[in-house]
Amino acid sequence: MSGKEYRTITDVKGPLVFLNKTEPVAFGEIVQLRMSDGSMKNGQVLDTSNEIVVVQVFEGTAGINLSTGVKFMGDVFKLPVSEGLIGRILDGAGRPRDGGPEIVADQKDDIIGAAINPFSRQSPHDFIQTGVSAIDCCTTLVRGQKLPIFSASGLPHNDIALQIARQASLKGSDEEFIVVFCAMGITAEEYNYFRTDLERTGALENAVLFVNLADDPAVERIITPRLALTAAEYLAFERDYHVLVIYTDMTNYCDALRQIGAAREEVPGRRGYPGYMYTDLAMLYERAGIVKGKKGSITQFPILTMPGDDITHPIPDLSGYITEGQIVISRELHQQGIYPPINVLPSLSRLMGSCIGEETTREDHKSVSDQMYAAYAQGRELRGLVAIVGEDALNERDKQLLDFSAVFEDKFLRQGRDEDRTIEETLDLCWNLLSAIDLKYLVRLDQKWIEKYHPDNRE
Amino acid sequence: MSDEGTIFRVSGPVVTAIGMEAGMYDVVRVGNEGLMGEVIELHGDKAVIQVYEDTSGIRPGEPVRNTRETLSVALGPGLLTQIYDGIQRPLPTLEEVMGVFITRGVDADAFDLERKWTFEATVAVGDEVGSGQVIGTVQETETIVHKIMVPPGKGGIIKSIESGDFNVTHTVCTLEDGTEMQMMQKWPVRTPRPYQQKYAPDTPLVTGMRILDFLFPLAKGGTAGIPGPFGSGKTVTQQSLAKYSDAQIVVYIGCGERGNEMTEVLDEFPHLIDPNTGKPLMNRTVMIANTSNMPVAAREASVYTGITIAEYFRDMGYDVALMADSTSRWAEAMREISSRLEEMPGEEGYPAYLSSRIAEFYERAGRVQTLDGDDGSITVIGAVSPPGGDISEPVSQGTLRIVKVFWGLDAGLARQRHFPAINWLNSYSLYPQSLNQWFRDNIAQDFPEIRTEISGLLQVESELQEIVQLVGSDALPIDQQLTLEVARMIREYFLQQNGFHEVDAFCSIEQQYAMVKAILTFQESAKNAIAAGAQLDDVVNVPARSNLIRARFEKGYIDVIGEMVEKMVEEIAATVEEN
Repeated sequence: MSGKEYRTITDVKGPLVFLNKTEPVAFGEIVQLRMSDGSMKNGQVLDTSNEIVVVQVFEGTAGINLSTGVKFMGDVFKLPVSEGLIGRILDGAGRPRDGGPEIVADQKDDIIGAAINPFSRQSPHDFIQTGVSAIDCCTTLVRGQKLPIFSASGLPHNDIALQIARQASLKGSDEEFIVVFCAMGITAEEYNYFRTDLERTGALENAVLFVNLADDPAVERIITPRLALTAAEYLAFERDYHVLVIYTDMTNYCDALRQIGAAREEVPGRRGYPGYMYTDLAMLYERAGIVKGKKGSITQFPILTMPGDDITHPIPDLSGYITEGQIVISRELHQQGIYPPINVLPSLSRLMGSCIGEETTREDHKSVSDQMYAAYAQGRELRGLVAIVGEDALNERDKQLLDFSAVFEDKFLRQGRDEDRTIEETLDLCWNLLSAIDLKYLVRLDQKWIEKYHPDNRE
Repeated sequence: MSDEGTIFRVSGPVVTAIGMEAGMYDVVRVGNEGLMGEVIELHGDKAVIQVYEDTSGIRPGEPVRNTRETLSVALGPGLLTQIYDGIQRPLPTLEEVMGVFITRGVDADAFDLERKWTFEATVAVGDEVGSGQVIGTVQETETIVHKIMVPPGKGGIIKSIESGDFNVTHTVCTLEDGTEMQMMQKWPVRTPRPYQQKYAPDTPLVTGMRILDFLFPLAKGGTAGIPGPFGSGKTVTQQSLAKYSDAQIVVYIGCGERGNEMTEVLDEFPHLIDPNTGKPLMNRTVMIANTSNMPVAAREASVYTGITIAEYFRDMGYDVALMADSTSRWAEAMREISSRLEEMPGEEGYPAYLSSRIAEFYERAGRVQTLDGDDGSITVIGAVSPPGGDISEPVSQGTLRIVKVFWGLDAGLARQRHFPAINWLNSYSLYPQSLNQWFRDNIAQDFPEIRTEISGLLQVESELQEIVQLVGSDALPIDQQLTLEVARMIREYFLQQNGFHEVDAFCSIEQQYAMVKAILTFQESAKNAIAAGAQLDDVVNVPARSNLIRARFEKGYIDVIGEMVEKMVEEIAATVEEN
């Protein structure tokens, strides 16, 4: 495109710049703004007409005045991609942050990404062993799934995400995951924690980091996850890698979305978030999956902190409608000193049914998982009753279930930050714990598995 | 003014064109790539267009061309077993043309225009045919005969008609007035297809799901809403209905939902057998998939595309069931477009016309006398995804005002792994009155009374549970403890159903009736035994009762229920003598 520079800015409002009298500008086109001191900012066209062009500036509008030069680059936002991305740390707009050279591009990909044709998808069914009992047994992760962590401020969701990133492996295979890590508005301290941990375990060599910190421009957060997913798609579908995308924190992303919506004076939906937030989130989450004819896959682990621990808040709510389940972190368990404090009751993996059983995990997995869940749910419910009527009023069955719920938390949920349990170890542990309950109360266990796996029947 | 104009403004999926003569809902081609769009607003010489594809890179000054057609679907042999996007482009064709990612600017015919179908004329030269009358048939799939009808509004005396193997665009019939008819016809999606008159529904849509058929039945030609928070099983319920309901044709709209869910349906359906015909389910199914990340304007259109296809099969005299999962995503697409148009919003940012659009959509359901004089119906089942599970929001409320059946999904039940997680206390159906006669004639004379008895027991249980929460169940009198046992049996043995179990997934109404009778027989004999001095524990724990419960997963269960119930009654009676 021509290198024409316009100095026709009429309004600046929040992250938006309005200008008039331009040549026809494309919707979504990339824009460069040159400040009076010569420094550059980037932006993107949000609205274009013969009269007015609206540009969203990623680095914030500080320093922009009516004589700022605006140049339209003639193309939509693209990320240079190549295998050289692996091992690199980039900022929220895709520029090197590790002091290394620019990425040498094999190709440049549109960061918005195209929707995968539902007909071309392949159903996910490969079990990922995370080594975390609560996840492997009760909310099993599948390759190609999008499974968010619903957490809240002050909870160890980062530790859990890191532990999963470290330990995740395909059962019976030594294929490594490439981790694409995308930070949106997290603090420098959190970022350092992630980076140090990835360095400590050597995972950094197999990772790509896109980092937008809390003091980086909020608007940039809109493109950071799109860059990360574009890199992930390239690595998965062009270079056959299995990619695990971790992004944190989706709540900051959604707040940035709200900020832009407000600046554009859009009609807000619930709690001020834009009405199109569902679609916008879907355009990120739906980029997980496996497609026919490609070897790689994208598994997503978005982390979001629920404002006020409220699962009905629009961010977790809309996410839950798109993702294939959720892992819910509980403040109550955390305060009891249990790590990982995963509350299995509201947690769910929708794809679990397709990846557990004889050929992938173990034949008794479903039966055991149902029984663990049911017994724990009943035990937890009894705690409420005990608070009113006292433990003495319970019958034998209820007493056993109540005791079980405590053991469940202490022995099954609780594990070390570096403790990597195989699925067999997890399931054997389940049987050991369940054996404290009389068999006649364990109605969800299949007789044939009791005969084969119950501690009373094993050597 | 001409059919060609230029782009004035681009704002996301909304494009404004100037200098083009246009009417409301005209389909236009936008930009150098010819993206498909639809005129949704007119201001002087400006036409506002919603575009069905991504608009990145489109700039003012590019051309816009009016096709002078309204958004239409192609109707004819080849619809069944197909999977479309929201604007009726077949997804397999899109994959061939653009690979696994959906790019833009690609046109695709709704079905293979080259394929030959065997057309058999059912009228002869000289016959007079009217609008909507059947002129011939095509065996479209193993189980479905596709009837070729005179397009609505046409009619006259037949000048020529030929049977044989033709493709869908070949003229098979001409009228004296020169009208040519092909096997394929087009119909604008936003206009309901005509019929003679609507009837009151009088036959249930048998779904094989016990809680639905028995407690909250839906009529053929009726409407139902399924609201529920995420994870409560909306999609599983919709899919079960698509698999097992006794409709002859199923139209399944995946509107703004997960890609992997559609893939699951696509993988699964070709291998599933229709319990009513014994043939593959795909034979009767048309699918529309516009997942959450596909363009929102096409999502808005997908619901209309689906219902128009359903009406077309209804006009052939079929009973059609349409599942829309989820209507909330459709409403959100309307909200998104409306907000881009800077319309004055109603509640929660939704456009003020939201509830009338919802009502118009559900009104296209119904049991009708077709133009050909046949009897056909469309049953519409819409899933609703209320934010935070709170059904006081506009989409749920707009839906509840119009639908006659409410199946309320409950997160609490889902968390207890009680599936289907339909809450029996707040769900309702307004159809029992019109369906009772059918149940009396076809299942049992006392069917409606038994239904009332069961829902009464469940109601009593919920009241007793409140007391139990405070004082424990041992504090209740023995007859109330028995009531709790019976209600538990209703919940665990009857209402819970495993949608993935090969036997349990579908339960005939005859078997449902037998199961309920078994529960009531248990109640009756247990009462008598206790009155005669038996212990509640002994009565409840007779082995024949647990055998009865467990056996429901076995094939041929209905044949042995009677025997097992007799055994149970004997054992319960015996508990009296032990004491």
